[in-house]
Amino acid sequence: MSVKLGVPSKGRLMDKTFDWFGARGVTLSRAGSDREYAGAVEGIDGVELVLLSAGEIPRELAAGRIHLGVTGTDLIREKLLQWDQKVQELAKLGFGHADLIVAVPAAWVDVDTLDDLDAAAAAFRARHGHRLRIATKYHRLVRDYLRRGGVADYRLVDSQGATEGTVKNLTAEAIADITSTGETLRANHLKVLAEEPVLRSQATLFRSRTASLSEEDRAVLSRLIGKLGLQT
Amino acid sequence: MSLAARDMALRLRAGFAAAGAEPVDCAILQSAETLLDLYGEDIRGRAYVTADPGRGEVMLRPDFTVPVVQMHMQDGAEPARYTYAGDVFRRQESDPDRASEYLQVGYEVFDGRDPEAADAEVFAAFATPLAPYDVRAVTGDIGILATAVAGLACSERRRAALMRHIWRPARFRALLNRFSGKSPVPPSRAALLAAADPYAGAAPLVGLRSPAEIADRIDALRADADEGPIASEQVALLDAILSVRETCPYALEHLRDIAVDLHNLAPAVDRFDRRCNALLAKGIDVDGLGFEASYGRTSMEYYDGFVFGFVSNTRPDLPPLATGGRYDALTARLGQGRSIPAVGGVIRPDLLLALEGAR
Repeated sequence: MSVKLGVPSKGRLMDKTFDWFGARGVTLSRAGSDREYAGAVEGIDGVELVLLSAGEIPRELAAGRIHLGVTGTDLIREKLLQWDQKVQELAKLGFGHADLIVAVPAAWVDVDTLDDLDAAAAAFRARHGHRLRIATKYHRLVRDYLRRGGVADYRLVDSQGATEGTVKNLTAEAIADITSTGETLRANHLKVLAEEPVLRSQATLFRSRTASLSEEDRAVLSRLIGKLGLQT
Repeated sequence: MSLAARDMALRLRAGFAAAGAEPVDCAILQSAETLLDLYGEDIRGRAYVTADPGRGEVMLRPDFTVPVVQMHMQDGAEPARYTYAGDVFRRQESDPDRASEYLQVGYEVFDGRDPEAADAEVFAAFATPLAPYDVRAVTGDIGILATAVAGLACSERRRAALMRHIWRPARFRALLNRFSGKSPVPPSRAALLAAADPYAGAAPLVGLRSPAEIADRIDALRADADEGPIASEQVALLDAILSVRETCPYALEHLRDIAVDLHNLAPAVDRFDRRCNALLAKGIDVDGLGFEASYGRTSMEYYDGFVFGFVSNTRPDLPPLATGGRYDALTARLGQGRSIPAVGGVIRPDLLLALEGAR
């Protein structure tokens, strides 16, 4: 047995994760060719690197198939029911910052708050005969947020990509999406509501609360956590 | 689902049938669109949605009320009484320990001749099978708050905004605070109202919402700013109504006092009075019956008048054993203007069995 560490399998998120661990004396690398999703760990024995899509890491942590995993807080909260009973947050890694926000057309000069959005939604429904559509892939988080904000008369429409374009394409009136810079929003003539975002997300190291550990694994895990300068 | 629960469900339904209700059944797969339009997007968090190749999105029925109303409006003759027993399905996002599939047995009355007598009839229909258990009933009346809002001294726009959120207490309070000047105008709105040209520097408009709709809302915001705050005495009366929480006779007395200052409340209080008498005539201990003016405001049902719930004294951790109320507004929504006076309730056999197991 070994302690399994799940890390995003490609892109900036993988590179930054490798850097973060490397700065703490744990060298992670991809084994063999770039196409092979296997990895190597140096600097500590008994840890196995598992390269996965960032979106699969929450599920693998919850199922206990990996002991540690790096992924965004947004994905953990959207995908795991009662997330805090399934995983523990060990460290915010300081990169991969992104806010889940609600955005409306920038020309809606009358809408800046959730209160405004709700009033606009009521009038919109009365005029158009259907609820104001908000495009997103974060259904659960957005629905909870809008319920807490007291917004009614809206409907969520699923959008798995190019969400900012849905308003122009008349398939939605507003969107809820992850934004890191806001440039895409401006280019699509959208603005962020002047409210707290639905969620502030960043790359985070999580520990599974469900994965089983042998005596040996337990020792490895506590050595690793010590080496990374973390506390459980 | 245990066979014991099914047996009990059939016994309860037989009891309602013996009281004069016609047994009916409804499809498990319901139109998602109808339920979403009625309850809003929130119901997605509480119901199972699945896809049908021909009909599009369908929902596993979260309750029987909507299909029973639809069936009745299509080919029912008044007065009518229905009973049913079957599974309902509730997605549990925040509390996975709660049942996601359970039996409901219902009793629904469509009879507008004497609404308060119908309210009492339904309440008594559930009090009877619950009599052997150690339970406590709570009642309320959303109609009292709705009547008070309808009589507020303010613009129709403000009354409509408050009425729209009567089932969302936090939002209702936020609006009331805004309208009464208790919470400050948000900076973005103050800037908009102060701007000589609110559209100055605005980005090109994208999307379906038209310039006319934006202009209408700006006009509405200006009119609202000109209107001035709702008087604090008016807000205090609403607060007084919302805080009424005592046994029926005291609640009635208390509401009569409030109606002295809020004249339009009198007819709603009269209805409450008549209902108390009707309950008394059904043998209910009205002197010991609880009344809470804000009861039922957060439930997903479309109750707009009398509401009630029965909870266990021995197992306060259980959800209510039976709930119900008047839902005239729901029939108006489903009937696209045509409304039918309707009151009904449901009881859960699985919870009764849980109580019997504990005895």
